[in-house]
Amino acid sequence: MRARRIAVVLLLGPALGLLGLFFFVPMIASLALSLTDFDIYAVADRSALRFVGLRNYQVLLGDPLFWRALRNTLYFVVVGGPASIGVSLAAALAVHARGARLKGLFRTVFFLPVTTTIVAVAVVWRYLYHPRFGLLNYALASAGLGPVDWLGDPDWAMPSIIAMAVWKNFGFNMIIFLAGLQSIPERLYEAASLDGAGRWRQFLHVTLPALAPTTLFVTLLTVIGYFQLFAEPYVMTQGGPAGSTRSVVLLMYEEGFRWWNIGMAAAVAFVLLAVLLGVTALQATVRRLLSASAARGGGAGAAQPPPPRARKGKVTA
Amino acid sequence: MKLRRFAASVALHALLVAAAALTLFPLVWMVGVSLMPAGEAMALPPRLLPSAPTLEHYRTLLGRLDLARYLLASATVSLGATLFSVAFNSMAGYALAKLRFAGRESLQRVLLAALVVPGQIGMLPLFLLLREMGLVNSYWGVLVPSMAGIFGIYLVRQYALTIPDALLDAARVDGAGELRVFYSIALPLCRPILVTLAVATFMGAWNDFLWPLIVLTDDRLYTLPVALAGLFGEHVQDPELMMAGAVVTVLPVMLVFLALQRYYIAGMTSGSLKG
Repeated sequence: MRARRIAVVLLLGPALGLLGLFFFVPMIASLALSLTDFDIYAVADRSALRFVGLRNYQVLLGDPLFWRALRNTLYFVVVGGPASIGVSLAAALAVHARGARLKGLFRTVFFLPVTTTIVAVAVVWRYLYHPRFGLLNYALASAGLGPVDWLGDPDWAMPSIIAMAVWKNFGFNMIIFLAGLQSIPERLYEAASLDGAGRWRQFLHVTLPALAPTTLFVTLLTVIGYFQLFAEPYVMTQGGPAGSTRSVVLLMYEEGFRWWNIGMAAAVAFVLLAVLLGVTALQATVRRLLSASAARGGGAGAAQPPPPRARKGKVTA
Repeated sequence: MKLRRFAASVALHALLVAAAALTLFPLVWMVGVSLMPAGEAMALPPRLLPSAPTLEHYRTLLGRLDLARYLLASATVSLGATLFSVAFNSMAGYALAKLRFAGRESLQRVLLAALVVPGQIGMLPLFLLLREMGLVNSYWGVLVPSMAGIFGIYLVRQYALTIPDALLDAARVDGAGELRVFYSIALPLCRPILVTLAVATFMGAWNDFLWPLIVLTDDRLYTLPVALAGLFGEHVQDPELMMAGAVVTVLPVMLVFLALQRYYIAGMTSGSLKG
């Protein structure tokens, strides 16, 4: 018994110690810092540090720069998220389709951009978007359109970043959708086919409902990941033009590590955390409603297999 | 009927090939431009492939710009992160799955709840902490946050749950201590998920940008992505050179993925579907 307790300590100790010191303590310290005026002077001399209560949050919520950053980030999440999930689902359906050849090859190809370093592909895409020599404008010109200053025009900069993000990320969600598709029992399709349902109706009444839990999981991952937008605008636009691509994390980085307004930057971090917790709570509610309606077995839910349990095993974004 | 099915199959494959071409295009173009003589990428009409392939930009990068140093830095940090994360997360994941102890349930609840909290939230205090510890501007500083992770612990835990208890008990009856049971029985059985974890950690550490950007202030210590972003500032007008830099940055991870993708994909997707 004693030996087992020692084994538990030895096995869990290193990981929990590291997590505690380098993840949980900083997280709590971040909350504490957000209530102070920790700045460049306090970095050098701690006695310059003062408790200021909620003043950082007040200043932040009254700052148009912050609202701009939040709006930009929401734009990225609300437009880029669904676009990315839609492309992932379409790719998964095409690779999974009955009769598709070379499934493994296509899956690998679609996944390749996921393995790339964002800084490196941002470099590549910046040249693709080049207003004069870029291939994109060249293609547009040969169709008699453009040119568009993709990254230099405040209206186009965020959509351009979204297009790159979709390209880079869709492969990851695709493999999760593929796993979801593979777990749908063949007999559901056979039953639907016996009932006279064509391919399209099978898709609507078997595939889509069965994928609902997977979709929810993928949505949570994607939304949480997309709220942390940073490297794309940092490398491609430095937050410009005219602040149109400055994200919340980029704002935090600038406040914290460029201006050393650490108290303020910590407040930005906590507003972001509050938003993320809100999103997670919303997802949990939707999942409850979803499984409740599946349990009642009404309508489309009737064809649904029991949803795989607890899909919280994994967050990589 | 047969004709219709044939047409549908042609349409499906045309779609797949077009999508694959679109996906690969930026990567192929990146390699193409990296092999062009200087100045060729900034021309109208744009070229897709070099007129006379040259390795001069790779030579410049590895010679004058000292890219090998950053390559080595990235390799050190990524392999270090992989080694530690596989060791520590597998130990913790196994303990959570297979050893009973007081407080296990509440510990799991805390870890699960923290799973959605991104590391960026604590980044500023972490930086100050590492500064106190003298780890800023060192590879240990870059490594430290990726040495153990909740995602990694859970990946191993979910997998270790499938190991039959009877197997472990048999070893205990034979007189093996708990650490021995973990090391000699459980760990070998977990090998597929450890490969998944290793690939995921390696990829994450190699591609990470924000944290090394913050911790490393001495540009001679930069990892590849940070160095590349810095180079890009100075060499915006040299697309061929920058593309070569992008190739060098992207290639190692891509090769690791291609070699181990079977394990990686199986492990990642099982983690998302099993309870």
